[in-house]
Order: sequence, then C-alpha cells, then structure tokens
Amino acid sequence: MSNDAPVKKKRKFELDPRLATYKGVWVFIEHERGQVHPVSWELLGEGRKLADMLGVELAGVVLAAPGDDGQRFCHDAFAYGADLCYLMESPTLKDYRNDPFTRGMTELVNTYQPEVLLLGATTQGRDLAGSVATTLLTGLTADCTSLTIDMDNRSLAATRPTFGGSLLCTIVTLNYRPQMATVRPRVMAMPERQEGRGGTIIEHPLAMAEESIITKVLDYIPDDSRDKPQLPFADIIVSGGKGLAKQENFQLVWDLARVLGAEVGASRPVVQAGWAELDRQVGQSGKTVRPKLYIAAGISGAIQHRVGMEGADCIIAINNDPNAPIFDFAHYGIVGDALQILPALTEAFRQKLATTRRAG
Amino acid sequence: MHSVVCIKQVPDSAQIRVHPVTNTIMRQGVPAIINPYDLFALEEALRLKDKHGGRVTVITMGPPQAEAALRKALSYGADEIILVTDKAFAGADTLATSFALASAIRKIHESHPVTLVFTGKQTIDGDTAQVGPGIATRMELQLLTYVSRINELDEAAGRITVERRAEGGVQLLKTALPCLVTMLEGTNEMRRGNLPDQLRAARHELTRWDRVAAGIEDVTKIGLKGSPTVVNKVFTPSPRAEKAEMVTVASGRPADLAIELIARLGQRFPVVEAELARRAA
Ligand SMILES: Cc1cc2nc3c(=O)[nH]c(=O)nc-3n(C[C@H](O)[C@H](O)[C@H](O)COP(=O)(O)OP(=O)(O)OC[C@H]3O[C@@H](n4cnc5c(N)ncnc54)[C@H](O)[C@@H]3O)c2cc1C
Repeated sequence: MSNDAPVKKKRKFELDPRLATYKGVWVFIEHERGQVHPVSWELLGEGRKLADMLGVELAGVVLAAPGDDGQRFCHDAFAYGADLCYLMESPTLKDYRNDPFTRGMTELVNTYQPEVLLLGATTQGRDLAGSVATTLLTGLTADCTSLTIDMDNRSLAATRPTFGGSLLCTIVTLNYRPQMATVRPRVMAMPERQEGRGGTIIEHPLAMAEESIITKVLDYIPDDSRDKPQLPFADIIVSGGKGLAKQENFQLVWDLARVLGAEVGASRPVVQAGWAELDRQVGQSGKTVRPKLYIAAGISGAIQHRVGMEGADCIIAINNDPNAPIFDFAHYGIVGDALQILPALTEAFRQKLATTRRAG
Repeated sequence: MHSVVCIKQVPDSAQIRVHPVTNTIMRQGVPAIINPYDLFALEEALRLKDKHGGRVTVITMGPPQAEAALRKALSYGADEIILVTDKAFAGADTLATSFALASAIRKIHESHPVTLVFTGKQTIDGDTAQVGPGIATRMELQLLTYVSRINELDEAAGRITVERRAEGGVQLLKTALPCLVTMLEGTNEMRRGNLPDQLRAARHELTRWDRVAAGIEDVTKIGLKGSPTVVNKVFTPSPRAEKAEMVTVASGRPADLAIELIARLGQRFPVVEAELARRAA
C-alpha cells in the first residue's frame, strides 16, 4: 500500500531525539518444532552488512519455551554472524501464537531499542511483524528484495517489487524506530557458518501467564514433506515455460531433470494450465530459488519470473525468440526450439556425467 | 452472527503494463477487480451466514470508484456495504489503513455487534499481508492469519476453532470471539450471485462514510500523515550489465549445441562443474 503514496524528494531528516538513541540491527530467529527457519540465517548475513555500515552490533532475537533449545539457537546465530542474542524464555512461547510473541517482541524492542528489525516473510514472520509494527506504531516494509542504509539519515532503504512485480520501489521509514522489514526465504544469500564464533546472550524474562492468553494451540499437524518438491533449496532446477506449447512436451523437462538429479520448476502459465503443481511455480507469486544451475526452457523471462530465479549462480536459457527478455540476464543463451534442444541436453549431460563417473 | 469483511479494489495486475520508454505504469483500460484473496474471505463469511444466520457487512477504504467493488460484493449476497472514503485518507500506508478500517469497524460494532472480521491473506497490488494483523492489533482482537478452514464456530459459547497454515504444517487453534481471520487462497470457491441479489446490488443505497462518520478525530493517524513509511523512488529493474553469452555452432545441430554449451559451462562456472561431479559420483 505504501506504493500508492506519492514519491517524495529525498531529503535530510532530523530524527526525533527520543528515537535517536535507538541503535543496533536485530534479526528475529524463527523456529518451529526444534528447527530454525533458514531465512533467519540468511537475514543474519544481510543484517551483518547493515550493522557494519551503521557501525553497530548485530543481534539475534530468540523467543522460545524452556525446553526449546533457545541456547543452541543463540550459538547458531553467533556462528552465522550475530554479536549478541536476546533470549526470552517462557512456557507461553511454546508454539507460535501472535499474542505472547507480539508482547515479548515489543517488550524487547522497548527495552533495548534497536534501529532496525528484520523478520522472514513467512507465515510466522508476517503475522508477527504486522502486529509488532502496529503496536509500536512504526513503519514496516514487506517482502523486500534488497536492503541498504542511506547514510544521509542512517535510514534503512528497503527495496521491494510493486505493481504486480513490474516495478521496484524503495521505501524508507524516517521518523520512527525501529525500521522494520520482512524478506522472503532465499532472497538473500546464506552466509558462511563460522564455527566457534561466540557472542553474548542477554536473557530477558516474559511476565505473562498462560491463563491470560486467549488463543490456544490444540494441535500441530506437520506436512507430509516426502513427496513435496523442495524447490527453494534445490541446487539444480530445470524449469519449463509456456513455450513448450503442450502438456506432453513438459515431459522433456522431467527427462532432463531426472538425468541431472534436479528439481522441476515452472512458470506461472504452466501452473495455471495444470501442467505442473503450484509448489513448482518459480517467481514472485511462487517460490524464490537460489540454485547453482537454473535451466529455463521456453520461458520468456518476465519480471515476475525473473525475481524468483535471478539469484541462481548460472542461468541457461533456451528460447526460439532471440529477443526474449530472458537473454538480457541469463549467463548462456541458446536460440532454438526447446523441443529439440532439451532432448539434446539430456543426452549430452548423460554422457558428461557418465564420463565424469568413469574418470572418478 | 455478524461478519465484517474488508475488501480492496485493485487493478487487475495481470493486465498492467509498464511503458517501455517512460517507465511509467500504463493504467488506462486496466479493469478494476475485487482483490482475489478477499473473495475467499467474503465467501467464508457468506457460508457462515448460510449456516448460522445473521448478516455480512462489506467495507472498503478507497476512492469513490471502489463503490463498484462493494456492489459486486452485494451481488454475491452481502447484506450491507460501506465505503469509507475521504481525501484525508490519500497516501495511506498499511499502518494508516489499518487505523482507518479499525475505526470504521468499531463504528459498525456500535449499531450491529461484530462476531468476526475477515480479510484476505494479502492484496495482489500491495502484497504486504499487514493490514489484517494491523486491524486486529488496533482493535485488540485475537488474530488468526492464513486460515485454511474454520472447523467449529459456537457463537453462544463465544468460541471458534480453525486450521492455520504454518511453515512446516498446520496449526489447530482455538480462540474467543470476536476475532479477526485472514483467509488463505484456494480455501473455497466464490458462489455465483443469484438474480434477486444481483438486482438488489444495483438498487441498494450505498453507505458512504467520510473521516468524521468513520469516527476518526485525529487526522495525524490517517493518510500520508499517519504513514511512517515513505516511498523514496520507483524504478524499473536494470538489466544485468552483461547479456547472455550466446552459444552457437557451425553445424547448427542441437546435439552439437548441447556439447558446446556443457564445455563452456565447465570453464566459466566451477561451482556448477563441482555440483555435476558430485552428482556423477
Ligand atoms: C501479479 C503477477 C504475478 C505473477 N507471478 C508470476 C510468477 O510467480 N511466476 C511466473 O513465472 N510468472 C508470474 N507472472 C506471470 C508473468 O508475468 C509471465 O506472464 C509469465 O512468467 C510468462 O510465462 P512464460 O514465459 O512461460 O510464457 P510466455 O510469456 O507465453 O512465453 C513463452 C516463451 O517461450 C518461447 N517459446 C515459444 N515456443 C518455443 C519453443 N518451441 N522453444 C523455445 N522457446 C519457445 C517464446 O518465445 C516466449 O519467450 C505473474 C504475473 C502477475 C501479473
């Protein structure tokens, strides 16, 4: 909605002295069922850069129940770049619920006063971010694709897609602290883990009784993830687009993927036509992916697709139109009919892997 | 049983184009629709009314032309529509929007006590998913986001249980009424309105509230003034500096092209070469 606002001229801004004391970059460490969501580590990687630019400390924020391994999450956060961690433990933080998490997070913010607070744009992170920002009456920018500091005002410049992804806009929160943003999984690179890197844990209690919390968790049913495509974490993805013309032709994408041990992705029209499941859609309204290799066959490279896959180390595009936008950002381009090139690639990769196998 | 459903009129973004030279949005001729995610919320409210009786009020904060979206909602079977519209709302970000909507819903609550507030999971133009949590926080309602199913609703006992989409599974939650629910997509299918509702939609008198009617005194909380976020610039993503290295071969045969590509790949991208070696092992 911010994008409906008129564009303002960049200006120097005098921060309310009440807020000028807010210092430090915080990352919410999201966990469920004993597992930290990898987006938290990705955000620590990004947060490290912002903290260094600002010359401040980077902190992780862990809200957990006593038996939840909160200490371990803090030590993991140090390994991924945090200087310190705020650890809030309470039985009311057993499973994620909006009420105690909002209360806990707002209390930490009001006590320790960070200038930037980052959360993953997950179902948990978005639920929490919206309530925390409203409680604190501060600005929140959703689904950012890049973050930087505007040193003129020490303000967080958060860039996100707008207008159905066809444009990008940069949003700042001038006279409010903390400046909050959410970022989707896989948009930021995973930082290198540095074993043995330490930090300080600051424990802070949450004075909240279970009886005062209205919402109760009755049950949690984990997804059956065995057959689910795990696109965001795949190292090789072969994706097909509408240029494959027919559902039967989409099999060629599967053939190549099988030889490479890759995941299969798809553009939105392919999903809409029912040739592939929704979980395979790559792009703005689908998954963000970061493979080492992304092969796009019969995909035009529209901006909504591009934002989901441009983080790939190497992009190979096959398209029969030499002017297709995907050639503007792919690393390798082949102009030709995907129906012929895909089987040729399948065969060539099969040979290549067989040769490597023999040599090794 | 009284549900208030918040909807937003949005441009059908599938049809938005960016002008290739000026980089501006070409909105002309782009049809306006009800945010598709809000239809899941509206249908859920209508189903609860089918089952439990009561009423459904649909509300939007927007420009005068948002009336069309509200009338559409009536044609599906909503009972009342309220357009919250005022120049003072212009430029609102999610914080200011949630303030205006929460004030208006409180006003509705004074004449017809509200059991449930519904929103879609997010809009297709803003994509923030922040307004629902914002309204709930402002109104001090329990918040249930990404709801895929309402399992039980007992109005007399003031209780609701729902299934909520979490990252690695589904949470089964129980809470007290009134509360705010944001609906996940694909959870139901919007009905076709019947003829009497369609006729009523055309004739029904629209309730239009300005800032004062919506119960808002403090103008610093709405519109641009009430918005902590500021849009600094809007731009088109710049193409990567270098374009794709085009792979060609004299023979033009797909098999030769494939071999050539793989040979070049290994030289320029050791990470990919290593990944392939790992798979060969
Ligand atoms: C709000 C919004 C969200 C969206 N979200 C997404 C998203 O998450 N993901 C997504 O992918 N899209 C998304 N889109 C849609 C996006 O704008 C494009 O329409 C879509 O990416 C195009 O898919 P495509 O390239 O497969 O199909 P097309 O645009 O139809 O392009 C097909 C391409 O195949 C080429 N081709 C045709 N025949 C052959 C052949 N025989 N061999 C080789 N090449 C051939 C053509 O030259 C063309 O470039 C979204 C749009 C909107 C408005």
